[in-house]
Amino acid sequence: MSILVIAEHDNASLKAATLNTVTASCRLGEDVHVLVAGNGQDAAAGAAASIPGVAKVLRVDAPHLRQPTAENLAAAALAVIAAGNYSHVLAPATSFGKNVAPRIAARLDVAQISDITAVESADTFVRPIYAGNAFATVRSSDPVKVITVRTTAFEPAAATGGNAAIENVPPPAEVSTSKVIGQELTKSERPELTSARIIVSGGRGMASGDNFKMLEALADKLNAAIGASRAAVDAGYVPNDYQVGQTGKIVAPDLYVAVGISGAIQHLAGMKDSKVIVAINKDPEAPIFQIADYGLVGDLFEIIPALTAELSS
Amino acid sequence: MKALVAVKRVIDFNVKVRVKPDTSGIDMANVKMSMNPFDEIAVEEAVRLKEKGVATEIVAVSCGAAASQETLRTALALGADRAILVQTDQELQPLAVAKLLRAVIAKEAPQLVILGKQAIDDDANQTGQMLAALLDWPQATFASKLDIANGKASVKREVDGGLETVEVDLPAVVTTDLRLNEPRYATLPNIMKAKKKPLETVTPEALGVDVAPRLATLKVTEPPKRKGGGRVADVKELVAKLRNEAKVLS
Repeated sequence: MSILVIAEHDNASLKAATLNTVTASCRLGEDVHVLVAGNGQDAAAGAAASIPGVAKVLRVDAPHLRQPTAENLAAAALAVIAAGNYSHVLAPATSFGKNVAPRIAARLDVAQISDITAVESADTFVRPIYAGNAFATVRSSDPVKVITVRTTAFEPAAATGGNAAIENVPPPAEVSTSKVIGQELTKSERPELTSARIIVSGGRGMASGDNFKMLEALADKLNAAIGASRAAVDAGYVPNDYQVGQTGKIVAPDLYVAVGISGAIQHLAGMKDSKVIVAINKDPEAPIFQIADYGLVGDLFEIIPALTAELSS
Repeated sequence: MKALVAVKRVIDFNVKVRVKPDTSGIDMANVKMSMNPFDEIAVEEAVRLKEKGVATEIVAVSCGAAASQETLRTALALGADRAILVQTDQELQPLAVAKLLRAVIAKEAPQLVILGKQAIDDDANQTGQMLAALLDWPQATFASKLDIANGKASVKREVDGGLETVEVDLPAVVTTDLRLNEPRYATLPNIMKAKKKPLETVTPEALGVDVAPRLATLKVTEPPKRKGGGRVADVKELVAKLRNEAKVLS
């Protein structure tokens, strides 16, 4: 029986999350296949075929799969699954994977195991519940396990060294009850938040979107990504894709610098796996200090410029 | 247009959950329960649609033990017209809930179904998508803006890269994200009126749905404890420690 990974990509390349998902898949068995559904996706398919451990790449090419809706991507995946013999179907626990995986599970009449952080065996997995304040070890009795993978819990697979066959699969008919009619995507030269080694994150204490420029200067020095708490996003300081937390992005960088963030349970859920946590806040009672390795109580508007300067010396 | 909203009774988001020492689960004794925050947003959105004259009737549905009636009364107090409790003491997982909702929807025939994107207890983020697939309806998940016109829903979605707008034909399933709206508080007069609104109870058996769980929970454990509370006196000490002790600066 084989394992199917649903690749997240933009036709030109694979998203990093796909590599972490392949690692999780390789823990489940030897015959790992990667589905690259898209349009003109030779480069992405080639990248998938270069991952060591991948046995086969299934390429489903159609104009309606260029930026597929969940309905169309699920239809492509189900066509591949029907033609194969899959015991597991995995997708990254990104907004992409979370959108499509449950559709596949429901059509297969099986449960989904969301956001796994560990593989104990072919049918037993560990996953966070209650905003990561508890972990559940669950066993699935279904013939096919549909799984989304918490990418921070698995190392990314190597990108080169593999030489898998690429097989073309005819695309199913387009489902047109759903269409993407617009996008507002953040363009940034910075590292991607979910895979950055260092993150500088701002909260309500930043007081304005303009003040985030101060964090940008610091992030430049550290080659860091910029994140934010829910409060900062709700207040309009930064766009939603900066949000770190239980229902935002889950991150686990080497260094997380929380600036003007109080440390609500829901924010901690998104960053408490960081190797080192620094907290800067004028409130000594802020809950964030309880999990910070290095806490500095003081005025962030003085501390951040001083920190940026100190890093330049 | 009839709108159907599904709501779940969960441990209140402010509660610091405790894992039972025998690893059998979460300590639920005397713990405050509330409507799942994302479901409050779903109810609020439906009520706003009714206030705009887009929705004509709002049906609130919950699946679970008898105590879920409280959650449904809250939905009624916030503005739902009728409530349905699918009552069972069986542990319900998302696939089972999706099947129960499908059965209710077969009778109610709403044009719009709104769910919270995830429940803050299991953090599964599956039910809305599963329901849409079982119904063969389109879905619009993680909604931060919802507009209905000409038999279609135009939904701005929060995705990892920013925002994406999808247009789906009705009937459709929408799941709510945090910024879709800010829910109102139930006023006392509305709480009193809600007691008189219809609340019907059905069972999974009567709906013909097998709700047996597919995932067995073997154990529930605490996360590794993180030692925190470290302090530095100033920026110089912070940078020195990050360089020499933590070694996270290159």
